[in-house]
Amino acid sequence: MWDYSEKVMDHYRNPRNVGKIDDADAVGNAGSLSCGDQLKIYLKIKDNIVTDAKFQTFGCGSAVASSSILTEMIIGKSVDEVRKITNKDIADELGGLPPEKMHCSVMGYEALEDALKNWGDYQDLDDLREPEKAQKIVCTCFNVTENVIWDAIKQNGLKTVEEVTNYTKAGGACGKCKGLIQDIINTYYEKEKSEQKLSPTQRILKINNIIETQISPELQKDGGDINLVDIQDNKIYVKLHGKCSSCKNATLTIKRFVEQTLKTALDEDIEVIDV
Amino acid sequence: MIYLDNNATTKIDERVLDAMMPYFKEEYANPSSMYNFSKKASNALKEARGVLKDFLNAKDEKEIIFTSCGSESANTAIKGVLNYNKSKKHIITTKVEHPCVLNLYQTLEKQGYKVDYIGVNSNGDLDLEQLEAAITPDTALVSVMWANNETGVIFPIKKISEIIKSKSPDTKFFVDAVQAAGKIPLDVQENGIDLLGISGHKFHAPKGVGALYVNSKTLITPLIVGGHQERGKRAGTENVPYIAGLAKAAELAMDGLKYEATEVKRLRDKLEKNILKNIYNSRLNTGVSNRVPNTTNIGFEYVEGELILLHMSDLGICASSGSACTSGSLEPSHVLRAMNVPFTAIHGSIRFSLSRFTTEKEIDYVSEKLPEIIEKITAISPYQDELAALKAHK
Repeated sequence: MWDYSEKVMDHYRNPRNVGKIDDADAVGNAGSLSCGDQLKIYLKIKDNIVTDAKFQTFGCGSAVASSSILTEMIIGKSVDEVRKITNKDIADELGGLPPEKMHCSVMGYEALEDALKNWGDYQDLDDLREPEKAQKIVCTCFNVTENVIWDAIKQNGLKTVEEVTNYTKAGGACGKCKGLIQDIINTYYEKEKSEQKLSPTQRILKINNIIETQISPELQKDGGDINLVDIQDNKIYVKLHGKCSSCKNATLTIKRFVEQTLKTALDEDIEVIDV
Repeated sequence: MIYLDNNATTKIDERVLDAMMPYFKEEYANPSSMYNFSKKASNALKEARGVLKDFLNAKDEKEIIFTSCGSESANTAIKGVLNYNKSKKHIITTKVEHPCVLNLYQTLEKQGYKVDYIGVNSNGDLDLEQLEAAITPDTALVSVMWANNETGVIFPIKKISEIIKSKSPDTKFFVDAVQAAGKIPLDVQENGIDLLGISGHKFHAPKGVGALYVNSKTLITPLIVGGHQERGKRAGTENVPYIAGLAKAAELAMDGLKYEATEVKRLRDKLEKNILKNIYNSRLNTGVSNRVPNTTNIGFEYVEGELILLHMSDLGICASSGSACTSGSLEPSHVLRAMNVPFTAIHGSIRFSLSRFTTEKEIDYVSEKLPEIIEKITAISPYQDELAALKAHK
């Protein structure tokens, strides 16, 4: 028996906003009958506000609960607000879902994204994604595209193939795409890392900031001080002042304290040189 | 609570529990010990072996090995045969076996065995021609379940053993009878069976005890090596209270076979007829005949099984589903897929399995409540047009 939250149980027992809107402004679809779950969502949108939402779901308890709560989450919200909703928001609103059932919340997100896409001027939520990936199917058993996997990794911080399967179903049947899923995980984190890389100016500012706020106050306690002289790649040139400059332990201070503090803060292999 | 999931496990019969209690309390001796105190325990073991011999109509009590469960019985039989004669590398089984057997064969395939998986038709009946064609002198083992756990469909064991013996007399025949025990008569001699496994908790004994029949002409390498227990075929101090319980359950099962074939079957048929008559998007996933008397597997089109189970559970009704969602796996039942159950119904397939404890009142209650549940779930399905067409057609 799944460990469903009270809220999940309440929503599959008494689903809200069930049905079809015949004159809907946007209709979104995710999943399929053969895959075992499917969600159709219908939206009325007026002046950029979702004024009504209804759903029809073929699926398990958590699929119905995810669909039902999603309609409650979006009615009365602006399209801009609705765009920001992720699968994690749906799962959180339900008080959590069992890990193996997270794909139900992803189905809600996918149907919503599909509806907004059909509505008009919608653009992909994630600029990191490449357009050609939108249609590229990774898991042929469950028709899961690379985009869906990418979003699930990003929104939920997924790290393993098993987690991706729980969230998107990809890899859950024949398992042939597990290697591809691992590649996508690797690519995502490499990209994330490279985008976190600082520009040269940002790096200089950061180093100077660390010296001023973390290193200098400590040296001042002992009657000394320090300032940044120059940065060349991984070599950071500093000048010690006051008591520090004449201290016989100056090299030790540089290596053990200054260099270590900067290494940790920058997550880089740097060398500090006293000039 | 209405328990219609007896193919998953069963309630322990009070009489079984009573038969076990002395061996938990006063008679705790090790049956192998050499003093008078151990006599009752060793006698219990001996008697139990006699009951199981009768239960399966084995020739000799020495052909009965007590195990801890159905999976251990199957593993001991299959690995036991293959390891005893390592020259043969071919195995034949079916696409609809229980996962405990199927997963073992998939492991054996990785170890270099060639395994043929025989298919079934839409009624769930085995393709005997395909089976016959697959048998060669290199076939070490044919492994077939007696009754299917999900559908209750019975395979023609006697016919299969005749086919095997006519094509390759040295090939061993293992029958997984876990779902047949207590429901239909089991006769290993009449049916030409070499090895047969059963599990106690499927017929009102507790979980944690099973048995394996190995006929005297079939030699196996033991799975669990250690002491001399079970004539060296299964080491480990005998689980006397559970074995006593298994024997009592087997005794009661033998007495109850007629009740299964008449009363349990009558109630199953009543439930089945009521559902098929009153719920327009229901279909029987098997043929009508050739099934154990307690099981029915019904598909509900355009609705999903877990949701049916959850709504039934709210009313205290227990059953199980072939849907992907209930198992934590993402694919629906391999049995229903092998039978080509339409994709519109496969995810909404429910197994009801009765027992001798099922009452008419319970069946009436489920018959009354199920249409309301299905209607409620059908109302939220995205397939309203298809459902309307189905309704009009019915």
